[in-house]
Amino acid sequence: MNVGELSHICGFENVSLERPEKQIKTAYAGDLLSWVMARAGEGSAWLTIMTNTNVLAVAELNDISCVIICEGAELQKGFAETAALRKINVLRSESPVYETALKLGNLLNQK
Amino acid sequence: MNKFYYDFHIHSCLSPCADDDMTAGNIAGMAFLKGLDIIALTDHNTLGNCPPFFNACEREGLIPVAGVELTTAEEIHIVCLFENLEDGVGFEDFITPHRSKIPNFPDIYGEQLLLGDDDSVSGKHPYLLSDATDLTLEAACRGALKHGGIVFPAHIERPAGGILGVLGFLPDELPFGIVEINSRNFPPDTKTNPALKAALPRNFCLKNSDAHRLWEINEAYKINYVNCIELPAERGDREAARRELFRLLRKTKKPEKL
Repeated sequence: MNVGELSHICGFENVSLERPEKQIKTAYAGDLLSWVMARAGEGSAWLTIMTNTNVLAVAELNDISCVIICEGAELQKGFAETAALRKINVLRSESPVYETALKLGNLLNQK
Repeated sequence: MNKFYYDFHIHSCLSPCADDDMTAGNIAGMAFLKGLDIIALTDHNTLGNCPPFFNACEREGLIPVAGVELTTAEEIHIVCLFENLEDGVGFEDFITPHRSKIPNFPDIYGEQLLLGDDDSVSGKHPYLLSDATDLTLEAACRGALKHGGIVFPAHIERPAGGILGVLGFLPDELPFGIVEINSRNFPPDTKTNPALKAALPRNFCLKNSDAHRLWEINEAYKINYVNCIELPAERGDREAARRELFRLLRKTKKPEKL
């Protein structure tokens, strides 16, 4: 499944969707960026509530397919603009991390 | 140039996690006994005990600095220091609407004692002070700068509350090239922490105690001038020393991006 399809099916907000064709291989959830940097695999959808611009640097570094901001967390200054500029996919879900992960897990298991 | 021994990160009994005998008088007295010259009071998210702290330092002949250890919305701990008590009081007003309204349960978290002069207890802070504020790192730094303060990330070697643990590496929002390592963890082990290894040589590094108990306060003469700063001020001229300290900290350069 690619990021564009995921966003459409789940009804996420597209904060930045410059590369909708990127494939989602797996997923990772976490907010401490030092952990995410060391653990999130390439092609992951990354669920977090953090919206500091360092999130985008970590997403780029780990070749994350898309960042999913959960629970409608407010975006920090410059976050959406930097995401679009660096062509990093960022979606936003109104549901908390657990519910968002359940949706994503069901979809990934179907494919 | 003269050597000044410092500790810019000390909690009083207003912080829930600090001992109740961390009164202004006890902190100043202990710092004097330990040979320190400049000390800052940095409670969690408040500068409420800074006025009695200034009086206590005055009595011991120490140079007091008003400060606060602020927990940002991202749960990063930063220390903000102010050159004058008035600037610190202004910053207190700035923080107040951003603190959480979770009541403190002293049985679990500890008492939060506000002090009058002569270490008398003048009140108790009702809300849990160690909880995160709703100020983002960017907003907190901007607010501190607006009130004439300087800012540095606290205990960056720690996984919890340390900026490197939360954000992975030092972000652009930091206005100064200063970092803090807990003096008891100095020098830190950088072998397993590449972010710390990258950050240390490129920033001015302060070694503070983060004391929650009297015996944890930094000590002078002990470990190779580790908590010592050289300032172009006479030892007797406390105003000049404080002015030169802030001049030195303000001119630290933000490191170039890697």
